[in-house]
Amino acid sequence: MIAIIDYGVGNLFSLQSSFAALGVQAVATRDAAVIRSADRLILPGVGAFADAAEKLRATGMDTLVCDAAAAGKPLLGICLGMQLLFDTSYEYGVHKGLGLLRGSIRPIADVIPAGLKIPQIGWNALQIQKETPLFKYISNGDHVYFVHSYYAADCGDALAATVEYGAPLTAAVADGNVFGCQFHPEKSGDVGLSILRAFCETEVPA
Amino acid sequence: MITKRIIPCLDVKNGRVVKGVNFEGLGDVASPVALAEYYSRCGADELVFYDITASAEGRALFTDILCETARRVFIPLTVGGGINTVDDFDRVLKCGADKVSVNSGAIRDPALVEAAAKRYGDQCVVLSVDIKRVDGAFRVFAKGGRENTGMEAIGWIKRCVAMGAGEIVVNSIDTDGVKQGFDLEMLAAVCQAVSVPVIASGGAGRIEDFITLFQTLPQVDAGLAASIFHFGEVAIRDLKAAMAAAGIPARL
Repeated sequence: MIAIIDYGVGNLFSLQSSFAALGVQAVATRDAAVIRSADRLILPGVGAFADAAEKLRATGMDTLVCDAAAAGKPLLGICLGMQLLFDTSYEYGVHKGLGLLRGSIRPIADVIPAGLKIPQIGWNALQIQKETPLFKYISNGDHVYFVHSYYAADCGDALAATVEYGAPLTAAVADGNVFGCQFHPEKSGDVGLSILRAFCETEVPA
Repeated sequence: MITKRIIPCLDVKNGRVVKGVNFEGLGDVASPVALAEYYSRCGADELVFYDITASAEGRALFTDILCETARRVFIPLTVGGGINTVDDFDRVLKCGADKVSVNSGAIRDPALVEAAAKRYGDQCVVLSVDIKRVDGAFRVFAKGGRENTGMEAIGWIKRCVAMGAGEIVVNSIDTDGVKQGFDLEMLAAVCQAVSVPVIASGGAGRIEDFITLFQTLPQVDAGLAASIFHFGEVAIRDLKAAMAAAGIPARL
């Protein structure tokens, strides 16, 4: 069973629908027992980093997510949920994330040329940087749907895919059992569903 | 490169798509869910569901249809029509909409744009504007283009962007239904004024109109149309292929 962490940030309807379409059992929950019994975790999120990080801590979800990751359970952060996996964010101040991945969240305005619109909204091509189980069913250049004004910088070896928006920006990360997508797989048509399917097939600890 | 988006708009009344729909191989052509699935398969980048129902029953039916669509179609969904309060945002977002488009509701109460952007983020709030030239000036029209508000359009759009509107749909009443191409002059004026994504609407009659749009105004992010897609006058697959062949970034 997949637990979609419900900590009051964003809309989980499409994410739940995606797993239903894949025939995979997924529940949106903030129940610690359910999260502990899940095989895999999804950390969703839209909105502001500081607000979401605060809600994660206030609901105690931060510890549950970190415990699951430490136990080797596959964890997928989506959009802001991916950004929360990192050490630090520089979105309106300096804020601490979950620290599961090295790197920091910075404004795309720092690296893209002036004149490009912020946020990046729309479909853009994935430039695969390394093999990861997440990309089992997709190809380099496949399009996915982005909505973001910040990106993960200095991800090191975790960098799995970039997207070209005036500069190469982090599109996906993978480090062992911890995965993240800056784009919305639940809004990225068949390509997105294929990524979610691949996540459902990643190995879980015995 | 980020691709230029092609967005079919479905007008829904009492649970059915209005404006005739004419496709081979599509069973229930008036079913918004079936049509949405069909467009998604054909390569539509996003869908707009426009609720033109007046009754409460129709509204409930609309949200049912929206939920059913979001269960089956995994591309961004924008909902418009009858959005007057933050509660209206809530109602459609819960059913799987990603963005909500406001038009007359924002004219009646501009604070709606700010309140919704604060609660759901700028990316969620789409400002739709019906614009018509009156004595050479761009004026905002309300109530589906029937009523001149007297407001100057560019100023109105800038004001809404400052309040948090994350995208602008520019619907030119002057070119709407004429099928002679998008209103490039009006769109250029809007693109010059704001830095959020601009979606062109009104006037497309053939594939070449989209090519001209994106080549003349690379700042425009998306093209929206309704009947030319519904009647099969423009097939989305052919349109995407033609865009790619013309060097316009497109998701095939």
